[in-house]
Parts: sequence; C-alpha cells; structure tokens
Amino acid sequence: MIWLLGILIVMMLVAAIAVLVLDNHIAAVAAASIVSLTLSVLFVLLRAPDVAMTEAAVGAGLSSLILALSLRRLGLWRIENTVKETEDA
Amino acid sequence: MRNLTSLLFAAGLAFFLLVIAARFDLGAAPMLIGNAILQEAPEQTGAANIVTSVVLGYRGIDTLGEIAILFTASLAAGLVLGRRRPEAARDADSGAVLQISAQLLFPLLLVVGFYIILHGHLTPGGGFQGGVILAAAFFLPLLARPGTSVNHAGLSLVEGLAGAGFILIGLLALFQGKAFLEPLLDKGTLGTLVSAGTLPLLYLAVGLKVGAELAGLLANLADSEVDQ
Repeated sequence: MIWLLGILIVMMLVAAIAVLVLDNHIAAVAAASIVSLTLSVLFVLLRAPDVAMTEAAVGAGLSSLILALSLRRLGLWRIENTVKETEDA
Repeated sequence: MRNLTSLLFAAGLAFFLLVIAARFDLGAAPMLIGNAILQEAPEQTGAANIVTSVVLGYRGIDTLGEIAILFTASLAAGLVLGRRRPEAARDADSGAVLQISAQLLFPLLLVVGFYIILHGHLTPGGGFQGGVILAAAFFLPLLARPGTSVNHAGLSLVEGLAGAGFILIGLLALFQGKAFLEPLLDKGTLGTLVSAGTLPLLYLAVGLKVGAELAGLLANLADSEVDQ
C-alpha cells in the first residue's frame, strides 16, 4: 500500500514537473491530465470514490479537453490536416 | 528576479503546508459535524451514499450555487468565444479509428452517464460526474467530424428546464412548510433504486443541466475559429 502510494506520488510529481518543462503545449496538457488521473487513483486508495470519479471526469477528461481546445483557438496547436480548400479557392 | 519570486512563493507555500501538517494528526477527524452526519444521514435522507445526502440533502443550496457558478462560467465563455465567420477554415474529418470508436462509444457513454446519475444516491457518483460523461458522449461525434452541426437551441432548452426543475423541487418543499430544498416524498427502503425521496430527481436535474451546459461549451470551443 505504502509503496503504491509512493509510486503514485512520484508519478504525479514527474508529470507536474513535465508540465513546466515540456516545450510542446499539447504534451504539457497531456502531462497535466496524467497528474489528475494519478490523483484520482490516489483518491480511490484513500477511500473517496466520489471525489475520485469527479477528478477523473473533470480533472483528467474535461479540463484537459478544454485546455487543448483553447490552445487550438489561440493557434498554439494545429491539427496537421486542416482543410485549406476554402482559402485557396 | 522572476525565478526568485517563484522560489520564495514555493518555499512559503511549503512552510505553511508543513505547519498545517504538523498541527493536525492525520486520520483523526477534527470536526464533530462529520461524525454526526455519518451516523444520522441514512435514516434522515434514505440515501445509501452519504456524500449524496450531504450534497443534495444537507447542503442543497450549495449545490444550487455550484450550478449557478457553472452556468455563469459557460455563459461567459460563450460570450468571449464569439461567432465564427462562414468562410473560416475548418478541420478535416478525423481518421477511421476515431470515427468508428465515436459511434461505438456514444451509446455506451450515454448508458454509463445515466447510470451514474440515477444511481447517485446508492453508489459513488451523481449528477456532476454523470453529467460530464454525458457531455463527453455528445462531444465525441463533433471530435470525429468537426463540421457536424450542434442543436444549441435544444441544449439550452434541456439546460433551462433542468435548472428550473431543480429550483421548482426546492420551492415545492417551501410551499409544504419545510425548508428550501428539503427532501420530499417517501424515503423508501435504503439501498433500492426508488428511494431517498426527491434526491434522485434533484440529481437527474443536476446531471442534465451539467451535461447540456458542458456539451454546449465544448461545442462552442471546438466550433470557434482558429487563428492562422
């Protein structure tokens, strides 16, 4: 139990530092999502399944989705196969 | 200079956290109300999940505030994002993997979302978690085919009706001479699907509202123009 907790906390710390040092924005969003996912596992181990569920759905899923879409809106992340026909025509 | 400030901030935060950790012994609940609720909640509200009886029974007005905050936030996001020009470039459809898995996952996510909402008074989960899953279910087709049109009027209707339903249930308790949002109806037997009075109805309203709101917000965000 204590080893599992240790591994999870180290994973969270590594992912949190990765958010700061990664140059690629979308990779940083993915790392932030990993922090939330690990945290939700931690909540399960601490017997708080309700909070774990919220953390997994909102923290890992929804907020990283909103961050990724905001990056796209700001032009910091581009999907490679954007349709260009409308501009060329 | 900026690094130094961040370092000072982090050190101060660590100091305060250590002070808090040193002052309280872990595992011992410092509050009395938690123990009282743990003992009395199942009889008073009829909900097997004590978290739900706190969220909707004892602290229902807090939940109303949370819904209001979420509504305001999504409204502000919708205002800031603005409208897209019709000639703006659009992302191409995604690959076959995402398209097919979106079709496969949509009914599954719908069932899981409604299951979590309707069993909120029995098992972990509830309106907020299930609502987010519902929003994800309705966002998936948009992720697979970015051009898909979204029925924003329908989403607003669901959202408005669900929010009005939540307040209406609260007012109904008020008309019966009880406190605002006090649970009504028969409590039923503990642990069955139809139990805990109005709590499942309140969670259904919360779930539909959260789901419709977040689905609309995500659709707005995904539909916004990209700076090229």
